Amino acid sequence: MTTVVAGRFGPYGGQYVPETLMPALSELEEAWADARNDPAFADALQGLLRDYVGRPTPLYRARRLEAAANVAPVYLKREDLNHTGAHKINNTLGQVLLAKRMGKERIIAETGAGQHGVATATACALFDLECVVYMGAEDVERQALNVYRMEMLGATVRTVEAGTRTLKDATNEALRDWVTHVGRTHYVIGSVVGPHPFPVIVRDLQAVIGHETREQILEAEGRLPGTVIACVGGGSNAMGIFHAFVDDAEVALVGVEAAGEGLGSGRSAAPLSEGRPGVLHGSLSYLLQDADGQVAPAHSVSAGLDYPGVGPEHAHLKDLLRAKYVSVGDEAAKEAFRALPRLEGIIPALESAHAVAYLLAAGSAGDLPGPVVVCLSGRGDKDVVQVARMDRRAAGLDKNS
Amino acid sequence: MSRLGPLFRSTRDAGRAAFIPYLTVGFPSLEATRELLEGLADAGADVIELGIPFSDPMADGPTIQWTSQVALDGGTRTDDVFRVLEDFRSRHHVPVVLFTYLNAPWARGMETFLAEASEAGADGLLLTDLPLGSDPALEALLESSPVDLVRLVAPTTPPGRAREIAGRSQGFVYYVSRTGVTGAAAALPPSLVDEIEGLKAAAAVPVAVGFGVSTPDQARILGAVADGVVVGSALMDALRRGGVEDAVLLARDLVGALSER
Repeated sequence: MTTVVAGRFGPYGGQYVPETLMPALSELEEAWADARNDPAFADALQGLLRDYVGRPTPLYRARRLEAAANVAPVYLKREDLNHTGAHKINNTLGQVLLAKRMGKERIIAETGAGQHGVATATACALFDLECVVYMGAEDVERQALNVYRMEMLGATVRTVEAGTRTLKDATNEALRDWVTHVGRTHYVIGSVVGPHPFPVIVRDLQAVIGHETREQILEAEGRLPGTVIACVGGGSNAMGIFHAFVDDAEVALVGVEAAGEGLGSGRSAAPLSEGRPGVLHGSLSYLLQDADGQVAPAHSVSAGLDYPGVGPEHAHLKDLLRAKYVSVGDEAAKEAFRALPRLEGIIPALESAHAVAYLLAAGSAGDLPGPVVVCLSGRGDKDVVQVARMDRRAAGLDKNS
Repeated sequence: MSRLGPLFRSTRDAGRAAFIPYLTVGFPSLEATRELLEGLADAGADVIELGIPFSDPMADGPTIQWTSQVALDGGTRTDDVFRVLEDFRSRHHVPVVLFTYLNAPWARGMETFLAEASEAGADGLLLTDLPLGSDPALEALLESSPVDLVRLVAPTTPPGRAREIAGRSQGFVYYVSRTGVTGAAAALPPSLVDEIEGLKAAAAVPVAVGFGVSTPDQARILGAVADGVVVGSALMDALRRGGVEDAVLLARDLVGALSER
């Protein structure tokens, strides 16, 4: 169903890049095919995932969340328990191992919330590679903690002031760096986006989430999940958990985009819900854009979802009606961010809180066949200061009004 | 038949390289674009690259990122580009190549865009993010349109692929002078002259060189070997600093440099 023909998922994907990068993409495609068939590579990666990252991550039955969501059973796939606090490390360790194998000396990455930047910096520290991370100025402000973490890990963080000063612009700048230093540099892209073969490589590396989930749910329930829910920005945790279930038609796959201040408000980050196909960052997929094809600024309270594009495989799954894409706004996400700690003693990332918020809303509406698995893609320590600040601001406004 | 073939034949007969200035439409205003176009035509521009500003110019350095952003913030639309071109075309025969990223024409529908471009008087289209083989059906549509599809070869392109690109490029082929993004550079790569000669030997169409060409001296060196020299960021920098007048002065210097050989 999701076989790649010439780097495409249905009509989506492709390699829409400057000519300068074409040889590097061919080289990467070959290197990945070679690495995937090499048992030594798989062993090295599995060893790291087990001993360094702490995999497999638990599939935890969240009974108090079940009561709140009015649906049972509900399981959380605990990607927040990975080393560095999110699923991002699954991808960065794999890509950095690959880069090392290709003889690259230098690693670059873009980051939104900073989780991918931290995970890349971590992998580079481990393998002693130079690391440069591009981050939008707005994200540098709202995710200051992750900037310090990257610097502690020895990475150089370059602040991007161009455009909307968020993930989209950080990605432009990382691509420009790659165009300029392509010979010795590998670009560790952080999601299932970008030109082929990146969407395939990142999906393959994140597929461990779904493979574990499948085994664990069969062990716990003796059956496959009725519903799998994951948040979608670029869409790597979602593709990672969906992949193992795509061929099981009875498993409903639900991707939750960020509606920001609401669909139709012009302040959202939900291209699958309200965008149309277009080309950004090397691939064809759904995109927030105006009539002239200018990319529209995205908005979400969550820096990791604040992106006007989405991975091309999600675009294909949407058109095939194999996955359903819904959206959750800033307020509902913040409510879920506050609810989960009290219900389960788990602080979710604002990104993952979108998936939890959808569970809470749709569970009560009786829309979710069980068992339900929610991919808890990351932990929320990074967001605590930002949410506290927003709360104080809101309280201040209330006092004045 | 586009005006590009006859133009390059005439510059070749005159024993000089074509001067190809680039400008971003709408920077710093549509009015300035109209003035600059007149100035460039008067200064002796042989071909003009008309940049349709795009929100995410990933192949461009700081100068063209800035000009694009200012143009878009000022409200420049694709319709404005066609209007500016139509107006210019009513008075001048200088060939014009539209320069942009794929999503701008894609959003209008490529067939519609090509018809509008042709109608407005465009001779060529250069898309920085549509490399050879990336979208065969779309490339075939572009190749069969009256607007020439101008393709790019980069220093990283292997020789076999460079020959293939040159063979499939219409009007001329654009050689990217360095591994990097657009923008003025202090020095040209030492191997550049050899690379251009190599591509010329393999190409049936003229070879123009650009990315990082900023001074009359650099233009003179490259003009001695290439069929055309593109200057973009340096011209936009001059426009930003000293207005249309300074940009036209630089253009005159560049035309002068390309005439002495």
